Amino acid sequence: MNKKNSKFQLNKTTKSNFITYLLVIAIYLIVQILLAGGHMSSLMEGLLVPLCIYVMLAVSLNLTVGILGELSLGHAGFMCVGAFSGAFFSKCMQGAMPDGIRFLLALMIGAVVAGIFGILIGIPVLRLKGDYLAIVTLAFGEIIKNLVNVLYIGRDKNGFHFSMKDSISLHLEEDGEVIINGAQGITGTPHDASFTVGIILILISLAIILNLIHSRDGRAIMSIRDNRIAAESVGIHITKYKLMAFSISAAIAGVAGVLYAHNLSTLTALPKNFGYNMSIMILVYVVLGGIGNIRGSIISAVVLTLLPELLRGLSDYRMLIYAIVLIAMMLLNWSPKAIEWKERVREKYFSGLKFKKGVK
Amino acid sequence: MALLDVKNLTISFGGLRAVDDFHLSIKKGQLYGLIGPNGAGKTTVFNLLTGVYKPDEGIVKLEDKDITGLKTIEINKAGIARTFQNIRLFKDLTVLDNVKVGLHNHHTYSTLEGIFRLPKYYRVEREMNERALELLKVFDLDGEADYLAANLPYGKQRKLEIARALATEPKLLLLDEPAAGMNPNETGELMDTIRFVREEFDMTILLIEHDMKLVSGICEELTVLNFGRILTQGKTSDVLNDPQVITAYLGE
Amino acid sequence: MSFISYLINGISLGSVYAIIALGYTMVYGIAKMLNFAHGDVIMVGGFVVFTIVSTYGLPPILGIAIAIVICTALGMIIERVAYKPLRNAASPLAVLITAIGVSYLLQNAALLIFGANTKSFTSVVSVPPLKLAEGQLIISGETIVTIISGIIIMIFLTLFVHKTKAGQAMLAVSEDKGAAQLMGINVNGTIALTFAIGSALAAVAGVLLCSAYPSLTPYTGAMPGIKAFVAAVFGGIGSIPGAMIGGILLGIIEILGKAYISSQMADAIVFAVLIIVLLVKPTGILGKNIQEKV
Repeated sequence: MNKKNSKFQLNKTTKSNFITYLLVIAIYLIVQILLAGGHMSSLMEGLLVPLCIYVMLAVSLNLTVGILGELSLGHAGFMCVGAFSGAFFSKCMQGAMPDGIRFLLALMIGAVVAGIFGILIGIPVLRLKGDYLAIVTLAFGEIIKNLVNVLYIGRDKNGFHFSMKDSISLHLEEDGEVIINGAQGITGTPHDASFTVGIILILISLAIILNLIHSRDGRAIMSIRDNRIAAESVGIHITKYKLMAFSISAAIAGVAGVLYAHNLSTLTALPKNFGYNMSIMILVYVVLGGIGNIRGSIISAVVLTLLPELLRGLSDYRMLIYAIVLIAMMLLNWSPKAIEWKERVREKYFSGLKFKKGVK
Repeated sequence: MALLDVKNLTISFGGLRAVDDFHLSIKKGQLYGLIGPNGAGKTTVFNLLTGVYKPDEGIVKLEDKDITGLKTIEINKAGIARTFQNIRLFKDLTVLDNVKVGLHNHHTYSTLEGIFRLPKYYRVEREMNERALELLKVFDLDGEADYLAANLPYGKQRKLEIARALATEPKLLLLDEPAAGMNPNETGELMDTIRFVREEFDMTILLIEHDMKLVSGICEELTVLNFGRILTQGKTSDVLNDPQVITAYLGE
Repeated sequence: MSFISYLINGISLGSVYAIIALGYTMVYGIAKMLNFAHGDVIMVGGFVVFTIVSTYGLPPILGIAIAIVICTALGMIIERVAYKPLRNAASPLAVLITAIGVSYLLQNAALLIFGANTKSFTSVVSVPPLKLAEGQLIISGETIVTIISGIIIMIFLTLFVHKTKAGQAMLAVSEDKGAAQLMGINVNGTIALTFAIGSALAAVAGVLLCSAYPSLTPYTGAMPGIKAFVAAVFGGIGSIPGAMIGGILLGIIEILGKAYISSQMADAIVFAVLIIVLLVKPTGILGKNIQEKV
């Protein structure tokens, strides 16, 4: 009896994770078939890498919002850090090593630097609660974006030069080259990103997040979300696990940033790509897919990226519709009255079904 | 030697002495009751013992080791586990996972072993599942292992909290009003369970309770708190017949 | 001389922040929620005045009056439809995310109605500039009006909260909703009134902000809104004088930072202030301490 029950547990989560991976692979195959058949417009083709980026951002933000239970409005900031550190590396090392290895290292550097930023920001921020935490993460995201815009780094035969003023202050020798040029950002990052790479990165991110959730550390993280005081009382180290979730989430956002940087010829930090509007956009994906529902984040990121292109006529109303759906979803899922109503409906029509929920 | 030895424990909140000169000595294997009217400071004593509050004065010793002023998690590691008056379960985790969180510090593998699903992950998870189900069985909760904790009926939620606390392998178990909100039948069952826990796990238990039937039925010794101070202390039957105690409970 | 003129500009910008922050702090104190859409109500106020004055050529005072009415109604509708149902939600994040949704909604509705291009807002202030020190120091009419409005509003609000029954009810609800209800206070009504006042203030702030910085887009309110929240936290959330002090200090910090440190870094400096305040004294300059009960 005992044995059977414990096996059942493992199987159920394994099965659920398996469906999630299959979903991603199915998306990949469908796209490949469409591409091979020439059914994809060049506009849609251009959306494929951003699609992967959004999925990674949504899935990683869900780790912070849904699993850790803290609202972060600075996710785009970590993406920004990853993008610039990865692009900087690629720019410096271009030609010095094989492209594949260079890109792989750039991805790792983006993850590590964003992860370190996650820890550095997380240490002060995670002491705060709720609204304060949200607004401070937003503040950090904006500060990162601001700093990147005044950052100048160049290289000449004497090594690297650094300034926060302008490119002239770098005092480069004649052979010198400005790598990060303030608000003009980084130009000429090699174009290494592709849909296949994006899908592989999504699968790796998913494996990390899902395996984390269904492990001892994941349970500790969720116990903090559900009841911090009780978690402490059974010996869970609150700060350690909050930081763990926050920095892993940041690192994956950093990888998404590296992918983003290697998909564009010019990388600049604008309100549009790394500002809090982007962070909020990612949050919309997470909420619409279901807070804490990793598979839902993937679906909502895919649908919300592709939908406006499919329904071209609606594109003016797209953001408005997102907003309305977001509000409606929150009211339906969280208002005590709506929950009660749903409960009644369930009892009336589906009585006898025990409702179980977990991490999907 | 006493398992728990508390001397001169005092804490004030904004001038009010919530707990004043509290002392207590519990021997290993004892079932000890802390009673008193509402607002007497009973839960504050628990919060002081478990590091939620830091005492202004006093010493708390567990097995002769000074644990005064340690953090909650350190106190849990030292061997005190508790339940809460207002139930605090991990309500969006399954019943099984609630207990597994309690097992966290005793069955370990590293984060990387978890993420990469190395053999140790599978071995330790299996151990944890078996251990958690054993504990749930004690409380007759093994049938509901897969339910969300939030979906358990009230009485079972209280039991799950005890199971979770026991999972941390404490030396001393603190129960804060375990029978609150239970009917007489459930209370009777709970008394059996508490006794069973003591025998089975060789546990020392300190409990806060208002239900006099439970207190007189299972506690060997009592401390009565009133307005943050100890009113009286001693054998259960003596304490309950003390006129001072009757006055404190019923008024003049 | 330039320092003094920067200082005065800072006080002027700070007064706008203060007026917005007053709305934030009252709503936060009473409904215990961060009304993310507050900044966008400012933008709505700006567009109402713009439409009435620039498009229809009606007198500014009428525009301001209508803006106040529309923003007040808008604030109450938002509260009723989007926030009230979530007041007892299991997670406090629910109402915050909904507020972000409302903010999104207002911005994108304005985008559809008015378009994305910047509108140039004609100042509604007709007070002549004040010339001091033989013309070396000029204080614009907008600055004078903004500072005076800020002071009047703060005095009015303080009197309202402490001297009227409705104001006392607000204090009671912010202390303890349940107890206030038991004492016969209409909690829902009080919260609605708070949103109404906060939104009316947002309309005034919108007019002043657009008069001083005459470019109007659907995103005009967002950043000042967030900065005003920073100001409210800086001053101590829930405190009326705190919001005023926080707002003015933040305005000064921003303008001086722009002038002496880096104009591109001004926002970063403001946000750095928030982070430092929250880490050093999370309750702000005039805030109270709260402890979680176990």
